[in-house]
Amino acid sequence: MIELNYPFSQEAVRKLKVGDMVLITGKLFTGRDAVHKYLHEGNPSPVNLKNQIIYHCGPVVMKEKNGYKVTAAGPTTSIREEPYQWQVMRDHGIVGVIGKGGMGAKTLEACKEYGAVYFHAIGGAAQVLAEKITSVSNVYLEELGSPEAIWELNVEKFPVVVTMDSHGNSLHKDVEESSKANLKDLL
Amino acid sequence: MVKKVTKKKVAPKKVAAKKPTKKVVAKKTAKKISPDAQAIESLVEIIRVTSTIIPNDVDRAIRKARGEEVSNTSASYAMDIMCDNIELAKTKSQPLCQDTGTVIFYIYHPPGFHQTPFIKLIHKAVTQSTKLGYLRQNSVDSLTGENAGTNLGAGHPSIHFVEHEKKELVVKLMLKGGGCENVSAQYSLPETTLGAGRDLAGVRKVILDAVVKAQGKGCGPGVLGVCVGGDRADSHAHAKRQLFRKLGERSKIKELAELEVEITETCNKLGIGPMGFGGKTTILDCLIDHRNRVPASFIVSVSYMCWAFRRQGATLDTKSFKLNKWLY
Repeated sequence: MIELNYPFSQEAVRKLKVGDMVLITGKLFTGRDAVHKYLHEGNPSPVNLKNQIIYHCGPVVMKEKNGYKVTAAGPTTSIREEPYQWQVMRDHGIVGVIGKGGMGAKTLEACKEYGAVYFHAIGGAAQVLAEKITSVSNVYLEELGSPEAIWELNVEKFPVVVTMDSHGNSLHKDVEESSKANLKDLL
Repeated sequence: MVKKVTKKKVAPKKVAAKKPTKKVVAKKTAKKISPDAQAIESLVEIIRVTSTIIPNDVDRAIRKARGEEVSNTSASYAMDIMCDNIELAKTKSQPLCQDTGTVIFYIYHPPGFHQTPFIKLIHKAVTQSTKLGYLRQNSVDSLTGENAGTNLGAGHPSIHFVEHEKKELVVKLMLKGGGCENVSAQYSLPETTLGAGRDLAGVRKVILDAVVKAQGKGCGPGVLGVCVGGDRADSHAHAKRQLFRKLGERSKIKELAELEVEITETCNKLGIGPMGFGGKTTILDCLIDHRNRVPASFIVSVSYMCWAFRRQGATLDTKSFKLNKWLY
């Protein structure tokens, strides 16, 4: 198990390889469909994302007396951000993306070029992952609706697996190719 | 198998309707509550249980699948986290998955039942469950992108009524997340690129194609609900209805029962594995049924359900709306 601690850096993520199990401690910013479209359209980010990690997640957030509490926070399917992700990596300098299901060739190329990795969180594991969120620092673009807003989350030992690294390797590409080959034999 | 309400493991809060013997219903008034208030309470409880507790049949299948993965792999790590999540969601009485999905009700009622007032009660229960955090604010206007935060809107929640000859009311609920809905598929046979003709061999090919296309994106190991035939609309709805069957409940039609078993075995040789990490278990089960078709059409629909399989049901007294028995 590898620990990745805040502040994150390109140097640290360049060391990670496909198959590494990583525990992330520090800060994550949620961002999913609406946020990626918003940034892709050239709108400025309401928060500096340089060397940050974006989490593809639309959490369940309850408003409490002293702020917010995240009560469920698993990843959403990342491939929907495939048209935008490379650009967000290039323009905003993020060093990682957490999601599920993996991403495509454009993102893999951007990981290599701009120094970022794709972390896979376990889809559907909303409680295990919400437990690792210690507090909510802020919320941006709340007008997009709660699941689509940017939530600034503080996390401790958030469990993920590297499935796309900054050296051109993708577990998703490998599994897709091998399962297609297996299917040919089984048909 | 139908269990008594009291046998079900309960989470620490909002358990009133699950412990009818303890008379803790309606803490403040401690008196009889109106049937409408009771209906809302029962419906909220069905939503809570569906969102937070995995059904027993699915739980068994997941634990079996965990045992089959090789230890110290990403696949076994994923299965461990899934099992931890199942426990945690139940204990904390919080959603298994943050995507609490499309809220799909099937209401089976005796003749003479008034549907319209019950729809209003469902709406109230859905709104309340959203406030309580059993449901995420999950309903978005497709044209404006607006999220009213109530889970009510055009077509939401999805409510289907079916008349039956029993005296009781049966409420079935499925919360179907977007990830698995997006990888669900529909084919019109013949499908030339796959060489799938208008027979069960062709049906088999398109189901396997759907699973390979889904990879890990539907949060596998998943369950397939399949409908052979029907028009495009009813075919998909019927495929989805198969997910109300218990895992392992084989089709009564011999050919379909054999196909269900064969598809599951074959999918688990593809090497897609939990979350698409590679591994042994790609799907937990396959449930197939059929509808008639017109001569020109041969539609096959595949509804993919994620491992965080949220479906539950209960029988309710038709007059008092008290919860009687859980179905799963």
